[in-house]
Amino acid sequence: MASEPVSAGLAAPALPGFWRRFFRRKLATAGLAVLVLIVLAAVLAPWISPYNPDEQFFDGLTLEGAPLPPNAQYWFGTDLVGRDLFSRILYGARTSLVIGILANGVSVLIGALVGITGGYFKGWASAALMRFTDLMMAFPALLLAIVLAAMFRPSLLIVALVIAMVNWVQIARVLYTETRSLAERDFIEAERALGAGTVRILTRHILPHLVPTILVYSTLGIATTVLLEATLSYLGIGVQPPTASWGNIIFENQTYFTSAPWLVFIPGAAIILLALAFNLVGDALRDLLDPTQQGHHG
Amino acid sequence: MISYIARRLLQSLLILVGISVVTFALLYLLPADPARQIAGRSATAETVANIREQLGLNLPFYQQYLRYAAGLVQGDFGRSYLQKTEVSELIASRLPASLLLMAGAITCELLLGITMGLVAALRRGKPADHILMLVSFVGVSAPQFVVGIMILYVFAVTLGWFPIGGYGTFAHLVLPSLTLGILGAGWYARMMRSSMIDVLRQDFIRTAHSKGISGRAVIWRHALPNAILPVIAMIGIDIGLFMSGIVVVESVFGWPGIGQLAWQAIQRVDIPIIMGVTLVSALAIVIGNFIADMVTPFIDPRIKLR
Repeated sequence: MASEPVSAGLAAPALPGFWRRFFRRKLATAGLAVLVLIVLAAVLAPWISPYNPDEQFFDGLTLEGAPLPPNAQYWFGTDLVGRDLFSRILYGARTSLVIGILANGVSVLIGALVGITGGYFKGWASAALMRFTDLMMAFPALLLAIVLAAMFRPSLLIVALVIAMVNWVQIARVLYTETRSLAERDFIEAERALGAGTVRILTRHILPHLVPTILVYSTLGIATTVLLEATLSYLGIGVQPPTASWGNIIFENQTYFTSAPWLVFIPGAAIILLALAFNLVGDALRDLLDPTQQGHHG
Repeated sequence: MISYIARRLLQSLLILVGISVVTFALLYLLPADPARQIAGRSATAETVANIREQLGLNLPFYQQYLRYAAGLVQGDFGRSYLQKTEVSELIASRLPASLLLMAGAITCELLLGITMGLVAALRRGKPADHILMLVSFVGVSAPQFVVGIMILYVFAVTLGWFPIGGYGTFAHLVLPSLTLGILGAGWYARMMRSSMIDVLRQDFIRTAHSKGISGRAVIWRHALPNAILPVIAMIGIDIGLFMSGIVVVESVFGWPGIGQLAWQAIQRVDIPIIMGVTLVSALAIVIGNFIADMVTPFIDPRIKLR
């Protein structure tokens, strides 16, 4: 995104009164506050977490060897092997955010490439690209992600890439529609008539107009990637222990959830809170920025 | 109209063929060796080679695919590597449970979603509206395994109202349906709300009011039927969401459907089953989209057929 802000679109968040209108929405403001908190928790985890997340404490288990419920010493209780859950949740925030942002970044990149190419260029190649997108839309996304994740020995990067592979489709579809209608507009015709090259038209005129949409779908998309990562890790084919992830904390402890429900409820609530925050902010951005208002199924 | 249907049918068919190629290619690239798997650990290299020969695993990719596709056309999904059973039989025995769950989930999401959306629209801008919209946001932001385990803990473990898992009676159906339905309910609530608000703004509603029809009658007899149709037309598109959900929800609740079948097969790298379930799910999604495409123009004549 090296081009200058030639249109109002690129400087979207700097639209007059954007933040004033944003903060007028209580839910979106609350969502943004939660996001800031979680990002801070993730960044500062090594300094603010009370314990080492991987250390097993002797006094972290009862005499019978059962995990401790939340108490003054271990705020969120301890897990099955006596590790501090609060510290693991803080470190888990890092995993969720890193994968969420990485996976979503890659899917937005693929989606933008496919959508803009398919929408701007005419010919069999771009038609084939869009038919392939249609085909991916009919794939059961989670099933595909599970098959892909199970194929590889999962690492943070692999999990992020697997999620990106199934998640680029929606944004490609949306950007395709928008690029197509943009490409037919008069000012693009005029540019072409004046001799502007394809690259110039794409980077200077098409892309800036797509920025609001990309911003909206990136925010909503992170919510989806966070949920996918949690689900894969819960199935044991996502982020591998001992690296803490909110999904694999539930995976490791679920057999005891009847006697130690906090081991499922606390990480579960953390996942919901993070996805909810991204969804609330993304929804507000859509109302404030996105002129097309399409695509309700995340 | 007929050409529209024909074109959509052809597109659906092409998508299915495409999906079978992509899935086959993906599974073909798997590092696992099916012949070794079938033969067992103690088998000699000769036995393994024989099995490989029999299954055509030494053929090039396109020949293997054509073999598989030729079977597919006759309804033959191949044999499970580990269960030594026809995949079509396995799927046929598991499909009724998944269809039952789908019916339960759709009932839950429509009942919950439409009620929430309706109340929110009628109380627009009031606290009830804000609370319901927040609830619907939570619904779409909650991963299904978390919802499933939480619901299980509250209604089965703590309250003891429903069995913890399994299959057979109506009571078994309630919690997994609810788990799958909550996600959809979130979407439906928001769609129903905006659809209802749109309808309430239209002229014929104002006319009905000015003719002296009571407010309640206007809502129930004039606004609701008009608002609800476009929302119900979305069910077809929902099938994709549902097909993704069953893999997780069926394993949380021990529900013996095709989702559980798929998950077990993935863990054991039983490729023919994975392939079969993926195709059946894709078929369901394509049928759902097709129905949605067919129904929508009837509901909203303003939508042009392309």
